[in-house]
Amino acid sequence: MIRTAWLILRKDLTVEVRSLEIAYTTIFFAVSCVLFFAFALVKEGKAPEDGAAGILWIAIAFAGTLALGRTFERERQSETLRALLMAPAARPAIYVGKLLGIVALLIAAEVVLVPLVAFLFQAPLLSHPLWLAAVLVSGTIGFAAVGTLFSAMLVRARSRDVLLPVLLYPITVPVIIAGVRATAELLQPDGELALVRFWVALLLALDVVFVTLALWTFEPLMTD
Amino acid sequence: MSIDFHELTAEDVSRHFGRRRALSKISFHARTGSILGLLGPNGAGKSTMIAVLATLLRASGGAVRYGTHTAGAAGAALRARIGILGHDLFLYPELTARENLAFFAGLYGAADAHAAADTALARAGLGDRAHDPISSFSRGMRQRVALERSLIHGPRLVLLDEPFTGLDDASTAALVARLRGLRDEGAIVVLATHDLDLAEGLLDEALFLRDGRMVDAVARPGALRSTYRSIMGRSS
Repeated sequence: MIRTAWLILRKDLTVEVRSLEIAYTTIFFAVSCVLFFAFALVKEGKAPEDGAAGILWIAIAFAGTLALGRTFERERQSETLRALLMAPAARPAIYVGKLLGIVALLIAAEVVLVPLVAFLFQAPLLSHPLWLAAVLVSGTIGFAAVGTLFSAMLVRARSRDVLLPVLLYPITVPVIIAGVRATAELLQPDGELALVRFWVALLLALDVVFVTLALWTFEPLMTD
Repeated sequence: MSIDFHELTAEDVSRHFGRRRALSKISFHARTGSILGLLGPNGAGKSTMIAVLATLLRASGGAVRYGTHTAGAAGAALRARIGILGHDLFLYPELTARENLAFFAGLYGAADAHAAADTALARAGLGDRAHDPISSFSRGMRQRVALERSLIHGPRLVLLDEPFTGLDDASTAALVARLRGLRDEGAIVVLATHDLDLAEGLLDEALFLRDGRMVDAVARPGALRSTYRSIMGRSS
C-alpha cells in the first residue's frame, strides 16, 4: 500500500513539475483572493482585527477546491483513473497517493499565502511558526481528505465543478472553524497556547475520522 | 497472493444503466491460447462487456468466472492477471514513454520497473523515443506504448477495445502479429472491434452483438464480413 501511494504521489508531482498547471492556477487564485480582501478591508493601513485568520483559511479552501477539481480532471482526460483502478494494488492506496499529492500542493500554496497575509494584514503569523505549521498541516489534511474522496466520486459527473463545493464545504466546516480559531488564537498578543493545542487536537481527530471514512468508502465508491 | 486461470466464462451476463439495458444475458467461454472477437456496430455493448470482464463494472445479472475465481472474491489478485487496452490509451501525456511504462510496471509490482519499461519499449520499437513525452507521439506510437503498458505485467487475460483505431498499415500489421504472439504464449485475448477487415483471420471465435444482445457465436469464422452481414441481416 505504501509503495503504491508513493508511486502515485511521485507521478503526480512529476506531472505537476512538468506542467505547473495546478500550482500556477491555485497560487494565482489564492493570491488574488487575499488581495481582493486586502483592498476591501484594509483602510488607511489598518487591517481589521482577527481578519487575517479567516482570510487565510478562505483562500486555502477556495484554492484547495480548484486544485482538487483539476487533479482529478487530469486523470479523467486520459482515462488514467481506470488504469489506476485496474492495478492490483489496494484501491485505498490510490486514494492515499492522490491525497498526499493534493496536501503537498496546498502546502506549497500556503508557503506563499502566509507571508502575503502577514504582510497585507499586519498579522504576526510567524510569531509561533511551529504551531502555525501544525495548524495548517492538520487543517489541510482534513480538508483534502474529504475533498479527495468527493473529487474521485464526482470524476464522471457532468456537473462535478458545481457539486464539489456544494458537497465539500458543509462537511469541512468543522475543519475550517477549528483552523480559523487556532490561527486567530496564534495572532493574539496574549494568545493561549493551551487553546491552540486544543484546536490542533480537534483538527487531528477530524483528520483521523475523515481519512478513516474515506479509506473505508473509496473502494466501493470507485468500483462502478 | 497470485492466482492464475485457464478459461474465461461469462454466464448470462447482463448490465443495466438505470433503465437502459447495455448487455442482456451474454454467455460465452474462452480458453487460454485463443482470441475471442466481440463484433457489432456502435452501441452493441462491446465496450461494456470489456469493462465487465476487466472488473471495472459489476454485472447487474449473471456472472463472469476466471477459471474458478470471481471478481468479487479474487479482487486485486485477479486484476494482476488482466491487461486492458481501452479506446482511451491510459497514458499520461506529460510523462515520457519510459516514465509511463515504469510507473505502471511499478503499480503491478515489477521488481525492476525501469528494466521492464525498457524491455516493453524495445518490443514496441520505440527504444529511441524512450525519453520523449507521450504528448509528442503520433496516435500510432501512443497506441503501441499503450499496448505494451497493458501487457507489461504478463497478463493471462488481455482485453482490447478497438485497438486498431488510428493505426497505419505497418502499426496494424505489428499489432496483429503481437496478438498472434500472445495467443501462442497462452493468453486469453478478447478483442472488441467493428473493423471486420482487420479482424479477418485473427479470431478463434466471434460473438456477434447487437443492442446488448448476443445474436450469434461462430467458431473459427471465415469470410468475416459476409458472415457478419448474414447474421446481422437475419437478426434485424
